[in-house]
Amino acid sequence: MAESTNTKNGQTQQISLGKGLNLGLRRALEDDPKVLLMGEDIGKLGGVFRVTDGLQKDFGEGRVIDTPLAESGIVGTAVGLALSGYRPVVEIQFDGFVFPAFDQIVTQVAKMRARALGTVSMPIVIRIPFGGGIGAVEHHSESPEAYFAMTAGLRVVAASNPVDAYWMIQQAIASDDPVVFFEPKRRYWDKAELDPDATPYPLYASRVVRQGTDATVVAYGPMVKTCLEAAAAAADEGRSLEVIDLRTLNPLDLEPVYASVRKTGRLITVHEASVFMGMGAEVAAKVTEKCFYSLEAPVLRVGAPHTPYPPSRVEEEFLPDLDRVLDAVDRAFAF
Amino acid sequence: MVTSRKGAGGKTAAKKKAGPKDPDLVQLLTPEGELVEHPEYSIDLTPEEYRGLYRDMVLVRRIDAEGTALQRQGELGLWAPLLGQEAAQVGSGRAQTAEDYAFPTYREHGVAWCRDVDPVNLLGMFRGVNNGGWDPNEKNFHLYTIVIGSQTLHATGYAMGMQRDGREAAVIAYFGDGASSQGDVNEAFVFASVNNAPVVFFCQNNQWAISEPNERQFRVPLYQRAAGFGFPGVRVDGNDVLACLAVTKAALERARTGNGPMLVEAFTYRMGAHTTSDDPTRYRDSDELEEWKAKDPILRMRAFLEKNGYADEAYFKDVDAEADTVAADIRHRCVTMPDPQPISIFDHVYAEPHPLMDEERAEYGAYWESFEGAH
Repeated sequence: MAESTNTKNGQTQQISLGKGLNLGLRRALEDDPKVLLMGEDIGKLGGVFRVTDGLQKDFGEGRVIDTPLAESGIVGTAVGLALSGYRPVVEIQFDGFVFPAFDQIVTQVAKMRARALGTVSMPIVIRIPFGGGIGAVEHHSESPEAYFAMTAGLRVVAASNPVDAYWMIQQAIASDDPVVFFEPKRRYWDKAELDPDATPYPLYASRVVRQGTDATVVAYGPMVKTCLEAAAAAADEGRSLEVIDLRTLNPLDLEPVYASVRKTGRLITVHEASVFMGMGAEVAAKVTEKCFYSLEAPVLRVGAPHTPYPPSRVEEEFLPDLDRVLDAVDRAFAF
Repeated sequence: MVTSRKGAGGKTAAKKKAGPKDPDLVQLLTPEGELVEHPEYSIDLTPEEYRGLYRDMVLVRRIDAEGTALQRQGELGLWAPLLGQEAAQVGSGRAQTAEDYAFPTYREHGVAWCRDVDPVNLLGMFRGVNNGGWDPNEKNFHLYTIVIGSQTLHATGYAMGMQRDGREAAVIAYFGDGASSQGDVNEAFVFASVNNAPVVFFCQNNQWAISEPNERQFRVPLYQRAAGFGFPGVRVDGNDVLACLAVTKAALERARTGNGPMLVEAFTYRMGAHTTSDDPTRYRDSDELEEWKAKDPILRMRAFLEKNGYADEAYFKDVDAEADTVAADIRHRCVTMPDPQPISIFDHVYAEPHPLMDEERAEYGAYWESFEGAH
């Protein structure tokens, strides 16, 4: 790949989502000597997705740390490093491997500040590649974001595109709160133009990524692209969909969603996680509460069935896609 | 105040040359109050320092008893007594410098005392007015951790931070025999080992993880486990304050000087219940308790002071009186501790502004205020 490795020349460049994260991490390491990266295989290998490629070489083994293969240990020691003044950025190799660290994240990372009555902070970023569609074996394609979003004390965000990946990772690292940072692994190779001198969009804000008038579609992470494709297809059929990238799952930023629904009267939520107890349920409940008299149809949710992630030969049927989104749009108009 | 054996000439206290029954157990003071020699560890304190350790243990036991009494009278929801573990906590506590950092479980009231933490701070969580509530950096004493073993990883990470900053200090991680089965504790051993982190793992093996005895947790003596992780482990008589002090001091100094982690197993006994909610008569024999009463850490220190003429009856009475004064003060400050305002639950969840906190603070606040007589 003929991608530049720095962002300081002020020129726009074509980057992949993975590269955006890499450049963002690099800039965070440059800007703050307290920033540390920790994870399995993130050093010489550059991580299994190469997100940390070249960083250990340039910043040393003391700042880009190949950890033992123990997720609770990684997050637990990150807590101690944070207490001693560092800003650890932890890489969890795959979504399904975060669970050994779940205890530390929920019982310690999330609650430490409240426990200490605000005398300490937990500026930890936990990066998790999530979602399916890459033909992987079990535990490599899951969407566990709702577990984290429902935990008070954590912030949860999901990047959907290369430019957001570049800025959001830096903003998450600069946050004094712990941030669980979801990366759409099947979009790591998607490309976009990055202007490193641009003013970044705020981290904890959702964003209208396609204007429309007939129905609102809300998504985040890997499903944003799917929904944009669905909106393009719907346009061919004469329907104008407004697509909103939530970007932040805790806190939720729903004002743009309310404004959109008041305009369109219809809402479809989309994520790869199961419909049952997924993020879409919270969005639907809030929109029903705030936009009750604007709704022309019930809020409809698109997601996965309530089953374990299936063998990859049937994941295309399991995962929401353009057709499932358009089917929900049709049903919303059938009311 | 701890010296190596080679430089320990001119002692004032009489010593006899007889080791403990367990050859691997480091003991410097027998249950009868006799000093004994050990090939690796020794101690030579001034009479004032010996008295100080005794005073610490008496005060800590009294504070602990007050905690139990406050719970029995409904002023605390729960208390986790340290009865019987005073020597392990005071010995290891006094081994630390102000720059060192301790990560406790929820039973380290004696360590807190040694680190100059106000005992009333410890009561907040047991009374239900906070979930910890002190600034850990004020005395380098982390918050009590209730999830078993989690803090050993925090301690290891903190030590890795110290290592990066080049601080001349070490971390001590407290845990119990039950916690030794937790993944986190074993992961902490791995992380500490491969990073050569300046952390001392101090296990108070009090023989009982609530109702489960040692044989339900391990089949190899705990201190021997360290070898498998690549650092030394030592078993010390946990009811011998002098041995706990000497061994912990050496372990911390070893860590401070770049020699990596060490495991100290303080072999002791939980003379009381696991917590005030527990009933040990359901699972252990009173014979066992009687046997350990004979090894009481305070009685042996008192015998030592008496035998060597370091303290007299008037001194012991003064310490008892001081203990009662401290307990009365704690009691008063406990029962007058104000309940938190309900609205305060939103205050410290996040460091930065969070819209849901603001929204719910306003909504719940208005709802609670709507009741007659609401504060």
